[in-house]
Amino acid sequence: MQHYDTIIIGAGHNGLICATYLAKKGQRVLLLEASETLGGLAATREFHPGFKAAVAHTVSHFSAKVARDLNLTAHGFDSPMVPMPTVGLNAAGEHVVLTGIGVDAEIIGVSAEDAASYRQYRQLLQRFVELLEPFWLKTMPRVGDTRWSSLLTFAQLGLKMRLLGKQDMGEFMRLAMLPARDLMDENFDSELLKAVLSWDGLIGSKMAPRSPNASVLTLLYRMSGELGGAHAIPSGGIESLVQALYSAATASGVEVKIGARVGRILIQGNSDGLKTTGVELADGEQINAARVVSSTDPQRTFLELVGVENLEIEFTNRIRRLRCDGYVAKLHLALDGLPNFTGLAKPDGRMIIAVDMDAIEFAFDDAKYGGYSQQPVMEIVVPSLRHESLAPEGKHVLSAHVMYVPYKLKGGWTEDARAALCQRVIDTVAVYAPQIKAQILHSELLTPQDLEQTHQVTGGHWHHGELSVDQMLMMRPTYEAAQYSTPIPGLYLCGAGSHPGGGLMGGPGHNAARKILE
Amino acid sequence: MNTDNNAKVPAADPFADERLKRTHFYPRAAQLNIRDAWSAWNGYKFADYYYDAEYEYFCVRNGCATYDICPMQKYFISGADAETMLNRMVSRDITKLNLNRVTYLCWCTDAGRMVDDGTVFRLGADKFMLTCGSPSLAWLRKSAFGFNKLSIIDMSDEIAALSFQGPTSCEVLKQMGLEGIDSLKPFNIIHFPFGDSGGNRDDKPLMVSRTGFTGDLGYELWIKPELALDLWDALYAAGENYGIQPFGEAATNMARLEAGFIMPGMEFNEALKTIHFQHDHSPFELGLGWLVDFKKPHFNGRKALLKERDARPEYTLVKLDIEGNKPAEESHLYSDKRCNHEIGYVTSAMWSPVVKANIALAMVKTKYLQGDIWAEIYYVKELRHYSKTVRCTLQDKPFWAPARTRATPPLAY
Amino acid sequence: MKNYDAIIIGAGHNGLTNAAYLAKAGLEVLVVEKNDYIGGAAASREMHDGWVYSSCSYVCSLMRQTIHRDLNLTRHGLLLVPYLGSLCFGDKGEVLISYTDPEVEYNALRRHSPHDADAMFRFHTDLGRYAQLIRKTLLRTPPDPTSWRPRDIKELLWLAKEFWALGERELYEYIRFFTMSAADFLEDYFENDLIKASMASPGIIGTALGVQSPGSAYILLHHVMGDVDGNIGAWGLARGGMGAVSSAIAGALQEHGGEIRCNAGVKQILVENRQAVGVMLENGEELHAGIVVSNLDAKRTFTQCMDKNDLPEGIYEKAKNFKIRGSSGKVNIALSALPKFTGVPENHYINRGGQVFAGSLESMERAYDCWKHGRWSDDPFIESVIPSAWDPTVAPPGKHWMSNFVQYCPSKLANGPWTPEQRDQFGQSVIDKIERYSPGFKDLIVHMEVRTPFDIEAEIGLTEGNIFQGELTIDQLLFNRPFPGYAQYRMPIKNMYMCGSSTHPGGGVSSACGANAAREILMDLKRSNTVPEDDCYDE
Repeated sequence: MQHYDTIIIGAGHNGLICATYLAKKGQRVLLLEASETLGGLAATREFHPGFKAAVAHTVSHFSAKVARDLNLTAHGFDSPMVPMPTVGLNAAGEHVVLTGIGVDAEIIGVSAEDAASYRQYRQLLQRFVELLEPFWLKTMPRVGDTRWSSLLTFAQLGLKMRLLGKQDMGEFMRLAMLPARDLMDENFDSELLKAVLSWDGLIGSKMAPRSPNASVLTLLYRMSGELGGAHAIPSGGIESLVQALYSAATASGVEVKIGARVGRILIQGNSDGLKTTGVELADGEQINAARVVSSTDPQRTFLELVGVENLEIEFTNRIRRLRCDGYVAKLHLALDGLPNFTGLAKPDGRMIIAVDMDAIEFAFDDAKYGGYSQQPVMEIVVPSLRHESLAPEGKHVLSAHVMYVPYKLKGGWTEDARAALCQRVIDTVAVYAPQIKAQILHSELLTPQDLEQTHQVTGGHWHHGELSVDQMLMMRPTYEAAQYSTPIPGLYLCGAGSHPGGGLMGGPGHNAARKILE
Repeated sequence: MNTDNNAKVPAADPFADERLKRTHFYPRAAQLNIRDAWSAWNGYKFADYYYDAEYEYFCVRNGCATYDICPMQKYFISGADAETMLNRMVSRDITKLNLNRVTYLCWCTDAGRMVDDGTVFRLGADKFMLTCGSPSLAWLRKSAFGFNKLSIIDMSDEIAALSFQGPTSCEVLKQMGLEGIDSLKPFNIIHFPFGDSGGNRDDKPLMVSRTGFTGDLGYELWIKPELALDLWDALYAAGENYGIQPFGEAATNMARLEAGFIMPGMEFNEALKTIHFQHDHSPFELGLGWLVDFKKPHFNGRKALLKERDARPEYTLVKLDIEGNKPAEESHLYSDKRCNHEIGYVTSAMWSPVVKANIALAMVKTKYLQGDIWAEIYYVKELRHYSKTVRCTLQDKPFWAPARTRATPPLAY
Repeated sequence: MKNYDAIIIGAGHNGLTNAAYLAKAGLEVLVVEKNDYIGGAAASREMHDGWVYSSCSYVCSLMRQTIHRDLNLTRHGLLLVPYLGSLCFGDKGEVLISYTDPEVEYNALRRHSPHDADAMFRFHTDLGRYAQLIRKTLLRTPPDPTSWRPRDIKELLWLAKEFWALGERELYEYIRFFTMSAADFLEDYFENDLIKASMASPGIIGTALGVQSPGSAYILLHHVMGDVDGNIGAWGLARGGMGAVSSAIAGALQEHGGEIRCNAGVKQILVENRQAVGVMLENGEELHAGIVVSNLDAKRTFTQCMDKNDLPEGIYEKAKNFKIRGSSGKVNIALSALPKFTGVPENHYINRGGQVFAGSLESMERAYDCWKHGRWSDDPFIESVIPSAWDPTVAPPGKHWMSNFVQYCPSKLANGPWTPEQRDQFGQSVIDKIERYSPGFKDLIVHMEVRTPFDIEAEIGLTEGNIFQGELTIDQLLFNRPFPGYAQYRMPIKNMYMCGSSTHPGGGVSSACGANAAREILMDLKRSNTVPEDDCYDE
């Protein structure tokens, strides 16, 4: 029987990153992936003959440090990337377009006052982004942990806040918990601009513009990194990032096994307590290792793979009540040609359909009761413009994240329900790209439930759990498991369900590896 | 979920909802409650005493007496996962509990603080009954999450239970026709036919366990509500020549203190119902370390309890023999006679009529257990208030533990 | 002309409290009030022959008993009587009756869900624990976390210590509780929807959030952290209506020589050389004082009662952005008899409490959705009480007064301004709903007074009719209230202060804002402190 130092469950980007860091330090690492493809939600797959797409359709705040540490450029990932414009679509073609990065972004389609406010707003936020940035790649200490390094992390955060100055510090503590809507209303007049700017604080979560307490933090999280919140598609596509991570992993000696679904994590108990000894695959094969690192979501890890009999009751309850129902559906269209959006020369950008913040709010309202909106709001990209091999020559792929589509639909996600939603979404896109319906060769809509099944993410939630204050920082996914170690010796977490969270960022994988190597 | 007895309250009663529920034995118990001295337990009307608490107490020590434990919470936990689920919840090793055996145990939060204590009856390979003093359904459900082959049913209102205690209790049960009751060992369970089932030997609706809360020989009788009054009548008929008498909360409290048993709300707060930290308790503090089985690889609170065992708990519950005859109720304890240095407090105290001693249970800071312990006692004589400081002596053994409690068959009395 | 030591704008309960403490410290104070009655939103008014309505606020639980005792409010006529349970009506006509007696309460809950009956013990324990910490801050001035002054650092350390003492588990639970929605929070305790709805109802009262909005769990606490005689969570009624609270405080004020002038609305706060010097009344009269204290909400104070040019840069914008949203209406009804509710036994233990027409979590949230669309709720959430059932002074013998607090009702309608017809329709929606649970209710109505947020603003002066003088969301709580940098009752203009519910600890008839502001003022004036700091109960 093989013996490994570490077994990592799940070859999403965080699993790959964690594995590579460990292998580079000389560990024997086995990486197990349940599906046949690598990359998790970033995996590119053919959804129609000749047409490919990934659930995660752009890259935004992928950690530069991880790219550097793992030398991803050498493995074929072209960083830095060229940012795409963000476009707020207007049916009449009077779009709001943001180009460039962060503070320097140019903005057209709004009044001079709004453009000026934008710069001020962005500068303020940038200061907050920089305040928080170092902490995304730190292990957040446990409360009550009196070790010097932990106290230092808290002291550092406190000091950095103080260094913002009186004005900014006060503003930070107010803004951090503000609903996106208030932040926007305070700064801008253009309804479309407000909707576009609030989008990044809301997408992927069960929050709407009026929801307090988390969207600004999420926004600041997503603004970290070199792109300052802008999105890009590498020339080799998302595929190239996954490929580079895989290549870096194998180069450092990680053994990767696909189609290897883990049935349970093996836990041995004696009078010294419990200890992780390895994993058992779905086919019954047992593989031993000194430690097991799970990049799958916390609920699946603990409730299914570990089993509650090995956990404490209140801990189990905290894992059970994690909010991780997804609210985003994914639309993939195989198109006969380049779609033509009214008023846009070329659909090269991240296009947001949400005429104003109310549109987002009201779309959310339906989802609260287990329905979906007849006026869905969404983010669209045409990834084949940047990454040509996604579609046959001359043809294109349209990829959209559709908000707010509930994981649990009243009446269930039947074929009919899925088809009806798909039609509704296409109709909505057609308002802005009137000819698109004639171009559609094939359409595919993935509900959160589909994402759960195909990608083994509980609730189909991108982030393995809401990015809300009580599920962030030293509380992600819950205390006792927020420092990547868990109550069971030898079991670690390295997925999006850990600090700092989801998105193609790499923080959890990086931080977990550091913790394990300590 | 009104019980059948509730239906007997006239429908026109505008206060029907506000009245306390009546136990399955209420019609008989009410008749004997000469003083109408009722208190409440889990929403039930419940006798504090019937005529004279001390007399009732002496019936327990000298003859036999019944205590209506219908309000006690009873849960059936069954299914293939039942043993695993319970074993993870409680700190004792349930797998060692044999069929038709009962065990006293406690369960703790993740932090090793006591949620409650109670008893578990193994009624089958996959079937248990858990009884405890206060509602525990929410914690049980929480503990059950993740176990699929499991059912938890709250049987609190659906089982009539009568505790029957005292030195002649075995004799009375024999008189009642419970053959073989004398060979029932402590903490064992036996089932008997009762009522209409007389002819059918397989139908045994009466369950008897040799358990109790008085520190004396005693049994607990469990039966379906429809047979409750018949059981009462049969028992009282058999016990007529043995001075059978119901006893209430007051007498129970006396008996259990002599036996050194702890009482929720007196000796400990349930952790989930405690607002202030450190006002809850660990089993070690309560002297229940023997209920914690660290040989078990995993159970709730294990890590925290292990830590506490090694560090020793801040307080320890002790039994005190106190000078003089004034009960040390709510007394503060000191390490010096001048009461300068406080080291603990008394949780329950009384003058013990059988051992003729002034006894108490008390929480004392563990590090002061070796030294002197003084109690400052306040007492009243004809409305004039006095205080005095007296010496306390630690007791290892229960104040009252007669051999008959454990002997099988019980010694003749 | 007389020059006062201090002028307090607005004779609401906080303004009166503030003035009373200043007067007690020996200052010559004047309270100016635009209406012809005092009390602001805590007033009792005879709107119909023989019926005295508490037209706006109607219950009392946050009132600091230290202040009650300190200002001798009982001697000045205040008597608070605790509620005796409550009723909560579900969408399907089901009723949850809550009792103050724990055994009766347990049985009542058990009829709905044995699980929840047990869970309720933990719920109350946990709420008690959360409340305990916040309650300690009520009579303290929040620290300025950006300041290096020893006093702020000391206070900040005190706060940190209190939080730290909670330990890891509770700190985590606390943060969770503070930031999440009431619906999500309750999910961890209860299974029965009516019990959840009943427990969630304090989470929306007065706020422009729904039960599913993050942050509503804190609002829930804000409503249950008050107490009557140390019973946390208990609500009380003032004998004679809420005006009794105001008139008692006014009595204390007058005892210490303070003056009150009604029909004296302030047009503008007078500023000279960046110092407040007095006020100009609506009739043009100018009154001068050493300090000016505004009991108006932050938005009204800065955007309506001050010249923008008098304000330092940015303050006007902060005030404009201050979130103060009208979401609740009030319907006061005079009844010819006590209404009967379907499924509720007729007994006096039950009717001496509140009636909550909550429906379910979903219908409460849907009621909120209507508000977002700029209309009143189709199926409103109503919290009612019939004080006349045990207060003989508010209605003629055998007759009754029912107070109905209604959510949600916007201050501005999407389709234009409020008209009398629309107000009537809004009132109609309320009695229609009550009629559903109490057939024949409408026949009992003798008189009815409907107040929309628009009306509340017009009469009481609360911007948008917001009962808290500003939303109780984290961005506007503690040292963020009303805005960062101005949470210590001092305003950007020298000699100007705020003492209303726009300041810490926020809304509710607590008197705490007014008292805390008085303490700061006295400190600035180098007078000895007359304001109590700690609450009487040793928690």
